[in-house]
Amino acid sequence: MSYKKFFPYFKNSDMTYLDSGATTQKLQTVIDSELEYYSHYCANTHRSNFGDANKATINYEESRKYLQKFINAKDSSEIIFTKGVTESINFIASSFAKNFKTVIISSLEHHSNIVPWHMQGRSLGDGLEVVGYKDNFAFDYEEFEKILVKNPNSFVSVTHISNAFGTINDIKKICEIAHKYDSYVLIDGAQSLVHKKIDIQDINCDFFAISGHKTFAPTGVGAIYIKQELLEKIDPYQTGGATIKTVTYNESVLLDSPYKFEAGTQNIAGVIGFKKALEFIDSIGYEEIELREYKLYEYLQNELKKIEEVVFYNTTKDSISNKSFNVEGLIHDDVGILLDKQKIAIRVGHHCAMPIMDHLQIKGTIRVSLAFYNDFDDIDKFIIALKRAIKMLKD
Amino acid sequence: MANIKEAIENIKDDLEFFDDELDKYEFIIDLGKKLKPFNEKDQKDEYLVQGCTSQVWLVPTIKDDVLYLSGTSDAIIVKGLVHIILEIFNEKTLEEIQEFDINILSELGLAEIITPNRQSGVQGMIKKIIEVSKNGNI
Repeated sequence: MSYKKFFPYFKNSDMTYLDSGATTQKLQTVIDSELEYYSHYCANTHRSNFGDANKATINYEESRKYLQKFINAKDSSEIIFTKGVTESINFIASSFAKNFKTVIISSLEHHSNIVPWHMQGRSLGDGLEVVGYKDNFAFDYEEFEKILVKNPNSFVSVTHISNAFGTINDIKKICEIAHKYDSYVLIDGAQSLVHKKIDIQDINCDFFAISGHKTFAPTGVGAIYIKQELLEKIDPYQTGGATIKTVTYNESVLLDSPYKFEAGTQNIAGVIGFKKALEFIDSIGYEEIELREYKLYEYLQNELKKIEEVVFYNTTKDSISNKSFNVEGLIHDDVGILLDKQKIAIRVGHHCAMPIMDHLQIKGTIRVSLAFYNDFDDIDKFIIALKRAIKMLKD
Repeated sequence: MANIKEAIENIKDDLEFFDDELDKYEFIIDLGKKLKPFNEKDQKDEYLVQGCTSQVWLVPTIKDDVLYLSGTSDAIIVKGLVHIILEIFNEKTLEEIQEFDINILSELGLAEIITPNRQSGVQGMIKKIIEVSKNGNI
């Protein structure tokens, strides 16, 4: 079955879209729901009490409940909407995590989970520890535990799936190990909700950062899951309208979560649209999504392997959807330009993960990132275009 | 020698000759091959233009209010784009460059020159040329 028919982009663009790791295409139902909000009941939420405002508030809160159930969180108060993963991490970094002596990250983080820690004055060995990797970019659990032995009561912030290489970390295991050493764990789920079923209670993380726009929803919407027990301990990192019970000139008394964390007017249309994206995933099921993506991913790897100049950095084992590679003797920018001219949308560069690129002594890679709406034909077109680009650049 | 506007027109004519985008880029690759040899000693940080990933080196010198440029890149297509930029700005008076409306470059229709995607370093190169011409020194 082709799922492209549910995404208008594929009707309107002649590009072969293989850049879903940067942002996914948007569902017609998502776009329709945004349009409906703006054209039929556009009003602010949680403030005014007239009909359209109430409808907007109800739909906004329905999205929260849907996301709560979607990731199997205990309570809807654990779901705080943000503008995306970057804001989610910055929020927790600058409120709850800032007072921890040590923050532990992995080698495969993207800049959103590196720069906020540097902004707190942390550097490697001085408030920031980085867990290395073993073969095939596998998270080094032994090293992780050693770091925790030396630094109990730390804040751990680790990606679920690497944006550059698709490596999947065993986040349940990471949480288990971290909790043994009284540490808290934030999982960066930017690349994962679109590919894998998330069961928050099973993972048992303390925080989970979610991206809407990488999950078929509008840009500018995301969420942070915060474990119920921690909600009282966390201060908002921004305050303002709709976050308070009472305000006098002497003091402000904040509401409970999630409202105390959602200051100012939110991306109402985006949040409402997000629910439509989750409903669509539910209608297909993660089993079908994972199976389809796995077949595509294997096919991509096998087709790339047939091109002798292609240099890989990892296998398909314990990874998903994001395939990074280079072409021997060529700079990825050149390949990217010629793929673009052949209507192939991929990303070239460091993928906002410069430290790992430095470590591999490369400036960047060519990254193909798949979503379940892609098909074998997309990969065939890409391979033909890649071969032509290589020929043009090497001749 | 053609002035800046004429140089742009000439390049535009060359590029418009190709109906197929890939043929156009084949032409740009060939331009890169024709780029005047760049002194390897000048491939140093001092002359590196800020770009995102591919590297561009640009050595500007000023003599009698005329800007002389040499440059190169480690990327093949970018090298062709460097050729185009040098064709436009090399050996032009500082005054002519200062008066140049940068928006005219969009007429070339080359996304790598006009898109602020921080990718190719070509934009940084143009910025540097304008800066040097305004300051009157390197």
